[in-house]
Amino acid sequence: MKHSHFDVVVIGGGHAGCEAATASARMGARTALITIKKAGIGVMSCNPAIGGLGKGHLVREIDAMDGVMGRVADKAGIQFRLLNRRKGPAVQGPRTQADRAVYRSTMLSEIERTPNLSVIEGEVVDLLDEKGVINGIVLHDGVEIRSSAVVLTTGTFLRGVIHIGEQSHAGGRMGDAPSTKLAERIDDYALPLGRLKTGTPPRLDGQTINWEILETQPGDVDPVFFSFLSNSVSSAQISCGITHTNEKTHEIIQRNLAKSAMYGGFIDGVGPRYCPSIEDKVVRFAEKTSHQVFLEPEGLNDHTVYPNGISTSLPLDVQELYIRSIRGLEQAEIVQPGYAIEYDYVDPQALNLSLAVRSLQGLYLAGQINGTTGYEEAAAQGLVAGLNAAATALDKPRVEFGRSESYIGVMIDDLTTRGVTEPYRMFTSRAEFRLSLRADNADQRLTPKGLEIGCVGRRRQTYFTEKAERLASGQKAMSDKYFSPQDVAKAGKRLSQDGSRRTAYQLLGLPNIDFDDLVKLDSSLGCIDIETRAQLGRDALYATYIERQNQDVAVTKRDEAHLIPAALIFSELDGLSNELKVKLERRRPANIAQASRVEGMTPAALMLIMARIRRDAKLPATA
Amino acid sequence: MDTIFAQATAPGKAGVAIVRLSGPKAWVAIETMCSGLPEPRVVGLRELHGRDGLLDTALVVVFEDGASFTGENVAELHLHGSSAVVSAVLSEISSLEGLRHAEPGEFTRRALENGCLDLAQVEGLADLIDAETEAQRRQAIRVLSGELGEKAEGWRQGLIRAAALIEASIDFADEDVPIDVTPEVDDILRRVLNELESEIDGVGFAERVRTGFEVAIVGAPNVGKSTLLNALAGREAAITSEIAGTTRDVIEVRMDLGGLPVTILDTAGLRDTDDPVESIGVEKAQARAKSADLRIFLVDVGGSPAFEPIARDIVVASKADLIGESSEGVSGRTGQGLPKLIEMIQSRISELAGQSGIATRERHRFAMSSASGSLRDALVNLKSGEVYELVAEDIRSAIRSLDSLIGRVDVEMLLDDIFSSFCIGK
Ligand SMILES: Cc1cc2nc3c(=O)[nH]c(=O)nc-3n(C[C@H](O)[C@H](O)[C@H](O)COP(=O)(O)OP(=O)(O)OC[C@H]3O[C@@H](n4cnc5c(N)ncnc54)[C@H](O)[C@@H]3O)c2cc1C
Repeated sequence: MKHSHFDVVVIGGGHAGCEAATASARMGARTALITIKKAGIGVMSCNPAIGGLGKGHLVREIDAMDGVMGRVADKAGIQFRLLNRRKGPAVQGPRTQADRAVYRSTMLSEIERTPNLSVIEGEVVDLLDEKGVINGIVLHDGVEIRSSAVVLTTGTFLRGVIHIGEQSHAGGRMGDAPSTKLAERIDDYALPLGRLKTGTPPRLDGQTINWEILETQPGDVDPVFFSFLSNSVSSAQISCGITHTNEKTHEIIQRNLAKSAMYGGFIDGVGPRYCPSIEDKVVRFAEKTSHQVFLEPEGLNDHTVYPNGISTSLPLDVQELYIRSIRGLEQAEIVQPGYAIEYDYVDPQALNLSLAVRSLQGLYLAGQINGTTGYEEAAAQGLVAGLNAAATALDKPRVEFGRSESYIGVMIDDLTTRGVTEPYRMFTSRAEFRLSLRADNADQRLTPKGLEIGCVGRRRQTYFTEKAERLASGQKAMSDKYFSPQDVAKAGKRLSQDGSRRTAYQLLGLPNIDFDDLVKLDSSLGCIDIETRAQLGRDALYATYIERQNQDVAVTKRDEAHLIPAALIFSELDGLSNELKVKLERRRPANIAQASRVEGMTPAALMLIMARIRRDAKLPATA
Repeated sequence: MDTIFAQATAPGKAGVAIVRLSGPKAWVAIETMCSGLPEPRVVGLRELHGRDGLLDTALVVVFEDGASFTGENVAELHLHGSSAVVSAVLSEISSLEGLRHAEPGEFTRRALENGCLDLAQVEGLADLIDAETEAQRRQAIRVLSGELGEKAEGWRQGLIRAAALIEASIDFADEDVPIDVTPEVDDILRRVLNELESEIDGVGFAERVRTGFEVAIVGAPNVGKSTLLNALAGREAAITSEIAGTTRDVIEVRMDLGGLPVTILDTAGLRDTDDPVESIGVEKAQARAKSADLRIFLVDVGGSPAFEPIARDIVVASKADLIGESSEGVSGRTGQGLPKLIEMIQSRISELAGQSGIATRERHRFAMSSASGSLRDALVNLKSGEVYELVAEDIRSAIRSLDSLIGRVDVEMLLDDIFSSFCIGK
């Protein structure tokens, strides 16, 4: 039997796996990405789009750490739209339709040219361990591969079951077998498992759609990219079509509800509320007579169209019937039926903030296996798991992300402290420090951290350092000078005559003042370049709010800094109620901030825990 | 680090009440209220002045950082233990810039973080735990008088709804949600703001001390309510006559019952009646009696109360003089059983006063005024359009301020509201 040794092995070539493997390799760890089919690397199982609100923020953050998703999405982008363009920068999210084939090939070539990274084709059937430490994997053909850390990112493949109407079969996604052996092996490790479901719509042949009569949605004229390093589109740009379901569609669905896998009682898993099937929509919002459907081309050289908004688990004949009841789709041919999939996930409360399984050393989990949904959520976790697996292998400190620093931190904290009750998706409303965690400043927030831990390459470093210097000097120039309301009046802008003098930076935060007004006040500001002006404007806009929030941020950071040692046994703490003991043991908060969010937690109980940490820290270590 | 303050002694009536301040502004705050601080760790007698004049003459002692309980600058005021005095001093302090009411356990936490507690003290914390559970907070909500409790529930629902509308239009901009949620949000925020503000003006504890606790005498016509009231008040307050139903409306008599300000309500006789005028009076009387802090149900021997008493209410037989000297009841005419009844009223009311503690009340008032500030900002931002994310921020901070009144509101609750009212998912 062949033996080889890597620092880190990543299982699964989906979005989590790709990001994990490249992150680990960037850290300098010798990394293997093992996946069933090389051709499956970077496959988008569901809709051909990257980004959106909250999700776009995640992609920007991945990019700020020099990850791959943003770059690849920019290459594959065939329609860029900045969502919430008319709202403030904190809630704008970049999104793109991606050419599926280009996405896959670009991802594969990114991976192939990443130093320290090897791709191995094969199904992993077992994990190797020694005294509770995971130290390698076994492939289907018996080959063993050893490593210091293993990252598991198998998505929906664990005991996946695909449902179309009353029929079901085992499958990881359409066309792929599930990972059953690995699932059984995971049972042996007694990880807490649950069952979730999700669904996807039927794919249509675009040549059979009557585009002429449909409304279209074009992309933005000035595309906004994901990567801080991108500056132009790489592919031709397209428009999407828009159509609507109607009463006839709903009537067909209503009549056939009992045949739906989800409504016929064939599925136990819980599905996401924000991604309901058309069956769900028709039942739960019975008063609505029409729902919007976006027709999204899957690629430039591919006629397949993804009808966004009508995922289903009805039988194929019913799918055909309701599709053809929709305007523009009267002649449409289905090229792949819609389906629902049920799969196992691991309760993420079993993980720590570096996404390592607490009860088993050396094993990291990332992606849909942790109960999330979405490519971006998967990739962001992949980044965290990959960085930490590499850190473990190379004996470097852990890499953790805080809630006040990034959406990544918000997500990891939500997952590990609260678990999931439905597939977890990112929303901007989950981030309490939303005004400072913006897509536009992801690099300002995270690239320094990436540079410090060593996962950022030369090119980005140069670009970032130069940009940061421009921002800092612009900021300084604007904070040095003070202007009275009378001064401002000279530039033709009225301010309340409160007598208070403001810096140029403060003025820029006011709604009726733009950069040109400032240049009128002080011509030396004219030498600040356009890009820096825009960024300073976004920073200034929220400055007063962010200042107020900084106190909360300080509290969060302070509480996050009180780490709770893994060895602390909550059930031995006198004075905690039994209920709290049980909850704390199950959730194992990593720090006081997390502990404070455990339901039923009281200030006194928190202090008790802090006091114990303090005491233990003072006690001499007993060998 | 901000400066925190709270009453350090148990709430309620006591000989001395201590108010403690900790943080960088602790000394300055006291200095603004009196003429010169005493030397650290030396007790000094000072007159405390507020915006409205003299508050109390108190013992003042300050501790410098490093030599205090919390490790920060600390000041302590030893006040006369009257609820009114404590309440006035707390509200004076809370009006100072940079000071806020301490969270539960915050002094101890600061002590702990600054390494100022020894282990024995820390272990003693365990005892605190029972007292500080979520259940307690819920109780705090319950002790708010019924009306305020109901309002708080209304605010909670309103704020969740308003936040959900705003968040829906931010996070699901690309979906089938209403584009302009401004009118509905504006309505909700205005309603909550109005109610909050009238609450802030009206129901402070100080107000309560001024107007007194309400004790309603409830019973059938002619059971002897008015006679009892007169006996308690020592004067002819209500017209007592032999015709059933004389006391049609509610009669209020203010009195000092062993140091506690009490308003006794004599309510219309509760009985079924055909007289429309009287029946309005009876309805009114019942509602009023139910909202009082305490009820004395006066019943004929062997009779039962007109409606269900709650745990702290007093049920007593009337006209004890007609039954004999040894009877358990009370007689307004002869005064038999009166001292015992007064004692009972006193003890139940002190209990009440303790329970609803000034600290809690003061904290609530403080919470409500910072919430109303945030809601004002929200309305301004809402009007300017475009900046929904700031409106969301303002509502979020209002909700956070009201945490202790309305309980915790989590993003999941907003999402619940969003997903149940809009068809999200394209
Ligand atoms: C039917 C369906 C509908 C979906 N609908 C939506 C939606 O509407 N919205 C949304 O945001 N997201 C949706 N998703 C989710 C989205 O596709 C996933 O969240 C995302 O792809 C998860 O990424 P991942 O890296 O965790 O897993 P995946 O992308 O699933 O990748 C798993 C990888 O692991 C490999 N693998 C599995 N087992 C083994 C093994 N034993 N050995 C080696 N390799 C292995 C597989 O080959 C695959 O490459 C849907 C997914 C599916 C399947």
